[in-house]
Amino acid sequence: MIRFEDAGVTFADSTAPVLAGVDLTIPEGELVLVVGRTGSGKTTLLRTLNGLVPHFSGGTLHGRVVVDGRDTRTHRPRDLADVVGYVGQDPLAGFVTDTVEDELAYGMESLGLPADVMRKRVEETLDLLGLAEVRNRPVADLSGGQQQRVAIGSVLTTHPRVLVLDEPTSALDPLAAEEVLATLQRLVHDLGLTVVLAEHRLERVVQYADRVLLVPGGAAPVVSGTPQEVLRDAPVAPPVVELGRVAGWDPLPLSVRDARRRAVPLRDRLADAEAPEPPAEPGDTVASVEHLVVSYGRFPALRGVSLEIGRGETVALMGRNGAGKSTLLKTLVGMKRATAGRVDVDGLDPADLRPSALVRHVGLVPQVPGDLLYAATVGRECEQADRDARLHPGTTLELFRRLSPGVPITQHPRDLSEGQRLTLALAVVLASRPPLLLLDEPTRGLDYTAKHRLVEILRDLTDEGHAVLLATHDVELVAEVATRVLVMADGELVADGPTADVVVSSPAFAPQVAKVLAPQRWLTPTQVAVALASTEAVTP
Amino acid sequence: MRAVDRLTFPRSLHPGAWWLWAAALAAAASRTQNPVPLAMILAVTGFVVAARRSSAPWARSYVAFLKLSLVVIVVRILFQALLSTGAQGPTVLFTLPSLPMPEGSGLKLGGEVSLEAVLRAFYEGLQLATILCCVGAANALGSARRLLRYVPGALYEVGVACVIALTFAPQLVTDAARVRAAHRLRGRNGTGVRSLRRLAMPVLEGALERSVDLAAAMDSRGYGRTTDDSRVSRRVTGGLVFGGLLGVCIGVYGLLDGTASAWLGLPMLVAGMVVAAAGLHLGGRRSGRTRYRPDPWALPEWLVSASGVVAAAAVFVDVHLHPQAFFLASVTEVPPVPLLSVTGILVAVLPAFVSPPLPAAAAPASPSGPSGDDALASERTGVAA
Repeated sequence: MIRFEDAGVTFADSTAPVLAGVDLTIPEGELVLVVGRTGSGKTTLLRTLNGLVPHFSGGTLHGRVVVDGRDTRTHRPRDLADVVGYVGQDPLAGFVTDTVEDELAYGMESLGLPADVMRKRVEETLDLLGLAEVRNRPVADLSGGQQQRVAIGSVLTTHPRVLVLDEPTSALDPLAAEEVLATLQRLVHDLGLTVVLAEHRLERVVQYADRVLLVPGGAAPVVSGTPQEVLRDAPVAPPVVELGRVAGWDPLPLSVRDARRRAVPLRDRLADAEAPEPPAEPGDTVASVEHLVVSYGRFPALRGVSLEIGRGETVALMGRNGAGKSTLLKTLVGMKRATAGRVDVDGLDPADLRPSALVRHVGLVPQVPGDLLYAATVGRECEQADRDARLHPGTTLELFRRLSPGVPITQHPRDLSEGQRLTLALAVVLASRPPLLLLDEPTRGLDYTAKHRLVEILRDLTDEGHAVLLATHDVELVAEVATRVLVMADGELVADGPTADVVVSSPAFAPQVAKVLAPQRWLTPTQVAVALASTEAVTP
Repeated sequence: MRAVDRLTFPRSLHPGAWWLWAAALAAAASRTQNPVPLAMILAVTGFVVAARRSSAPWARSYVAFLKLSLVVIVVRILFQALLSTGAQGPTVLFTLPSLPMPEGSGLKLGGEVSLEAVLRAFYEGLQLATILCCVGAANALGSARRLLRYVPGALYEVGVACVIALTFAPQLVTDAARVRAAHRLRGRNGTGVRSLRRLAMPVLEGALERSVDLAAAMDSRGYGRTTDDSRVSRRVTGGLVFGGLLGVCIGVYGLLDGTASAWLGLPMLVAGMVVAAAGLHLGGRRSGRTRYRPDPWALPEWLVSASGVVAAAAVFVDVHLHPQAFFLASVTEVPPVPLLSVTGILVAVLPAFVSPPLPAAAAPASPSGPSGDDALASERTGVAA
C-alpha cells in the first residue's frame, strides 16, 4: 500500500536532512504507529505520505514515496485526496466550513462527485462515526472528541485507502481519546483501512498497533517492527512496557490486560516489599478557598468548593472537561472574581491585586504557554520578564538556563520545542518566585523526555517550598508527581486525598501500573523497580 | 407538486431569496426621502423578521442593525442642526450658545436650531436607516455565510476567502481576549500602545499559523483539484466577469441615481449582466466542483423575491409618474401619501405568510457534556422520558 524507497527530506534553510534513508513497505490494512521525540521528524514523515512534503512545505524529497501506486513526486496533495486522508494536529484549524454536514461533504465537493453519491456517503459516514445526532451543529460547539471524529469523517468521505493522523488524541481527555481510538479500531478492522498515526501518548495507542515506526531523529535510520521488538529498547515507552522491562518479561506486555495476566508472581514478590513512603506532610497553608461559588451568568461553574493547599504539596486537579478545573485556576489568579465564598492566596484576595503585585503571590502557566510570550528572541523575552516583574536583570534568564540548559538565547520562542516553550513560560512565571504555582494541562504535546524533565522541575520546586496545583488529564503524570489528587465533577469536589488513595481504585484515573498491580498501591515503574531492588537485596 | 413547492412544508428558505427581497426593498428606499414609504419599509422588514427568523445567532443581527440605524439618525440630526447653516429654516426651535465661524463656510457652531433643519436631517437619516435595516433583515433571515455557498463557480475562490474571513474574525477576538488575560499573569496592566503591540504579536502569529494549517488541510482535501488551470481561460473569464460587474455597477448607479442619463440605467445594467453571466458561465465550466445539498429554488423562493421586486418596481414607477408625491415642497408640511408605492410596499409583507415555516429545531445537546456519547445518551433518555 505504502512504499518508501530510500526516501529522505531536507528543508531549504538547513543543511542536515530531517529524514534520511527511509526504506520500508507498509502493507494494506495495518495500523502503524509512528513514535519518536518531538522534532524528530514524525510529522514530516506523515506529510510525505500525501505529498504535503515537499509540494506544500517546500524542501527536497530524495528517493521515492509511492502510495497505492501513485508517486508523490508527481502527485500534489490534492491529487492524492481520494487515496490518502490526512488529519492534522489541530482538527479545528483544518475545518473549512462551519457545520458538521458541510464539513463532511467538502472533500467530495472538491473532487466533483455527483450529488446523490455525496448524500449517501455523508449519511454513511455520520453513522459510521456516530455523528448523526450532531449533524446540523456548528463544528466549533462540539466536544474535542467529536471534533476529532468530524475531522476523520471529513477525509473518509472521499473513500481513501490510507488514513494519516498526526497526534489524534494528544489534546483529548481520556474518555474522548477512547472514543476516537475505538473509531480508528473499527475503521481498521471493518473497512480494512491502512492507518498511520503519530502519537506521544503511547499508553493509549500502542496496544492497537500492528507495527511501530521509531523515528529517532537526526537522520538516524527509521526502525520498523512489531511493537514488542521496537519498544524493547526505544527511548520512549509507555509505563506498562517499562514495568515489563523492570520485571524482565519477554515478550513485553503492551496492554494492561497482557500485563495483568503475567503479574501474579510479581505481585507476590512485591507483597513483602516496603510500600513507597508516603509524601511528607504539607507545610503552612499557601492558598485556601472556602465555600467558593463562581458563576458565568446563571451557570454556576463552581458550587461551594473548599480546599487548602500547603507549601511543598503538588496537587493534581482532575475531572472531565467542563467540570470547573479551569474556573478554579482562574479564580486563584484573580482572573475571575468569586460570586460567593472566600479566596485567600498568600494571605490576600487575588482579585483585588494589581497585576504587578499578583505575580509575586501566584503564577499560572496557561494551557497554551505561547500566550505568555511575545518577544522576538528568548533573551529579550527574559529581559522583558525581569522588567515586568521589577526583578534584578538576568534573573529570568538564569532560571531558564537552569530549567532548560543549552537553548541559544537568540532563538525565536515559536521555534522552540513544546517542552522548551513550556519551560520558558515557567521561567517567566517563576522569576518573581510566587509561592503558589498553577499549571493548566502542562503535558499537552510533550514527549516522554520533556515530561520527565517537567517532573524533575516540579519536584525541585516543591522541595524549595513552592506549592503546585496542576489541572491535567494525564494520569501518568499525576502518578509520577502528585502528592494529593482532587477530583472535580459538575463544579463540586468529589474526591480529595493522597494520590494512591484516590487513583488506585478509580477506573478512569488509575495509571497503568496501578491497574496491573491493584489492589497493591504502586503507581509508577520506578517505584516498582526500587521495591524489587530492595527485596533482592534482602532475600539472598 | 414537489414537497419543496408547498408553502406549508417546513424548511429554511434559500438565502438568495431573502437577499433579493431585502435588496429590492433597499433599492426602493434609496429612491425616496418621503417618510411615509420609508416608515412602511421599516415596518415591513421588522414584521417579516419577527415572523420568520430562526434561533441562530445571526438572527439577532436585525436588532443590532436597528440600533445602528437609530445612531445614524441621531448623529445626522446633531450634525445638521448644530453645524450646518444650509438647511436652516424660519421656524426656530431654540437657540444655543454659538461660536463665530468664518463667513460663507456653510458651517456654524451652535446658534439657532430650526425645525426645518431637524426634520430634514431626520428624513435623510431615516432613508439611510431604512437601507441599513433592509441589510439587517437579509442577514437575520438568510445568513450571509450560507449565501456564500451559492457564489457562482467562477467566483468560488473569492467566496472561500470570504467564508474563512468570517470564521477568523471572531477567532481573533477570542485569541486577543486570551492573550490579554495571559499578559495579566506576567504582571502587565494591559493598557497603552506598547501593550497593543505585545497583544498583536501573539494573536497575529497564531492567526498566521492557523491559516497555514488551513491551507494544508484544504490542499490535502482536494481544493482546486478539478480546476482547469489554463492561463487563457482564466484570463478570459476574469476579463468577462470584471467587465460585466463594472457594467452592472454603472447600471445600478444610473438606475438609483435618477438624475443620470437614461441609457446609463437599465440598458447598461442589462448589458453588464449579460457579460458577467457569460463570464460566470465560462468560469463555472472551468471549475469541476459539485455542490452538496443545495437549497432548492422553488415556488416560495419565487414568491418571496417577487414580492420584493414588486415593491421596488411600484416605488420606481410611482417616482417616475408622480414625482410631486415624493418631493416635499416644505419639510414642515404633512408628507403626502404616494398610494401606488404604499400598496407596492405592502406586497412585500407577504413573505411573512408565504415563506415556509422553519422546522422545529432539534433539541440542542448540552455543549458541556463530557463526551459525545454521554450527551447523546442523556438526550435519548430525555426523549424516552
